[in-house]
Amino acid sequence: MQLDWSSIPRASNALWEGFQFSISLTAFAALAGIILGTLLAMARLSSIKPLSMIASGYVNIFRSTPLVIVIYWFYVVLPFIIGRPIGAEHSAYVTFAIFEAAYFCEIMRAGIQSIPKGQVYAGSALGFTYGQNMRYIILPQAFRNVVPLLLTQTIILFQDTSLVYVLGATDLFGAADKIAHRDNTLLEMYVTVAVIYFVISFFLSRLVKHLHSKIAIIR
Amino acid sequence: MSIIRFVNVNKWFKQLHVLKNVSLEIAQGEVVVVCGPSGSGKSTLIRTVNQLEPISDGEIWVIDQNVADHRTDINALRADVGFVFQHFNLYPHLSVLDNITLAPIKVRKQSREAAEQKAVQLLERVGLAHKKDAFPSQLSGGQQQRVAIARGLAMEPKIMLFDEPTSALDPEMIGEVLQVMKDLALSGITMMVVTHEMGFAREVAHRVVFLDHGEVLEQATPAEFFSAPKTDRAKQFLKQILSPMH
Ligand SMILES: Nc1ncnc2c1ncn2[C@@H]1O[C@H](COP(=O)(O)OP(=O)(O)O)[C@@H](O)[C@H]1O
Ligand SMILES: [Mg+2]
Repeated sequence: MQLDWSSIPRASNALWEGFQFSISLTAFAALAGIILGTLLAMARLSSIKPLSMIASGYVNIFRSTPLVIVIYWFYVVLPFIIGRPIGAEHSAYVTFAIFEAAYFCEIMRAGIQSIPKGQVYAGSALGFTYGQNMRYIILPQAFRNVVPLLLTQTIILFQDTSLVYVLGATDLFGAADKIAHRDNTLLEMYVTVAVIYFVISFFLSRLVKHLHSKIAIIR
Repeated sequence: MSIIRFVNVNKWFKQLHVLKNVSLEIAQGEVVVVCGPSGSGKSTLIRTVNQLEPISDGEIWVIDQNVADHRTDINALRADVGFVFQHFNLYPHLSVLDNITLAPIKVRKQSREAAEQKAVQLLERVGLAHKKDAFPSQLSGGQQQRVAIARGLAMEPKIMLFDEPTSALDPEMIGEVLQVMKDLALSGITMMVVTHEMGFAREVAHRVVFLDHGEVLEQATPAEFFSAPKTDRAKQFLKQILSPMH
C-alpha cells in the first residue's frame, strides 16, 4: 500500500480549526460539568430526600447511557425545548456539560466525603451556615483532594469529544475525517489525529501524576 | 443569673439513653469541670450546649435563648460560644492566621485588617505569634490546640466549651495547653470543660460536675469533690483517675 503524507501539511489549517473546537468543547464541558457536578454532589449528599433522589436519578441515567446515544438524543430534543434549531456545535456544548456532570458529581461526592466530620463541626461551632461551611471549608479541601481525578476525567472527556463528528460537527476528528474522505487519505489522516490525541492525553496524564504529588493536603 | 441552664434534658441515640434528665446551671463567669467515666455522655452533654448534638427533650437555655427552639438563630448563638475539640479540627488548607480570621471575617463581617490584628494579639497570648504563617500540619499537637483556642477566642465568645482538650496530646504538651486555659479561666470568661486533668480542676474550677451513665451524680467545689466524694461511683472514678497507674 502506498501512503501519501504530503496532504497532511496542507490540511493543517483545517485540523487546527477542528482542534480549537475540540479544546473549547473540552474546556467548557469540564468547567460547566464540574460546577454542575458539584451542585449535584451536594444534592446527593443532602438530607433532603427528594433532592438526593433527583440527583442520584440524574447520575444513574447518564452513567448508564452510551454517550453517542445521548449526543443524538439532545440533538433531537434540544431544538424542541428552546423552540428553534440549535446546530451541532451548540448542541455538543450542552450535551457534554450535562453528561459529564454525572461523572464529575461522583468525583466531587467522593471528595466531599473524604473530609472528616470534625471539619464541619469546627465550622458550625464558629457560626458558619451550611453554605459557608461548604464554600470555605469543605469544597476547597474536597476539590484539592480530587484534582487528579478531575483532570483524569477531563482527559477522557477530551477523547470522547471526538464523538461529535456523528453530528457532522467539525472537531479535530471531524475535520480529519472530512479531509480524509475528500483526499482519499483515510489511513494517513486517522494516524495523524490519533497521534495528536495520544500526545495531548499522554502529557496531560503525566501532568496529573506530577500534580498529585504536589497538591495533596498534608494532614 | 445563669448563662447556661439545662432543664430536664434527655438524649437518646436510637435506643441508647445517653443523657438522663440532666438539670444543670452554670453562672456567668463560672468555670465548671465535667468529669466522668468514658462513655458516660460528657461529649454529648457539652455538644448539646451549641446544638452540635440536638437533644431529644427538655430545654437548654444559653445566653437567654432556648437552643432547642427552632426559632432561635442557632448560627448567631454558636458564634458567641467557642468550642475546642479533642482533635483540634483546624482547617488544614489554611494558614494559622487564616484559621483564626476566617470566622470573624465571614460570620462577624469584620474587615481583614481588624481580624488579622486581633488574631496576632491572640497568637501572642497563646505564645504562637511566630507561627502565624505556618500551616497546621507544621505544628505540634500542643501548638495546634493553642491555635484552636485562639480561633475560638477570635469570635469574642461569652462562653468557651472544651471537650477533653488535652487528651489527644503527648504528655509533654499538656502543660502548655493547660496554662493557656488557666489564664483564660482567670480572665473571667464562662468555661465548661470536660477533662480528667484534676490539677486544672483544683486550681481554677469553681465547680466539678460528675457524670455517670448520662446522669449528673454529683456537683461540688473541687475541694469537696476530691476530698469527700459522696457517691461510690465517684469514689471509684477518682481512685482510677488519681492512681499512679493512670
Ligand atoms: N453519634 C452517636 N451515635 C450513637 N451512639 C453514640 C453517638 N455518640 C455517642 N454515642 C454513645 O453515647 C454514649 C456517650 O458517649 P459520649 O458522650 O461520647 O461519652 P464520653 O464523652 O463521656 O466518653 C456512649 O455510649 C457512646 O457510644
Ligand atoms: Mg468524650
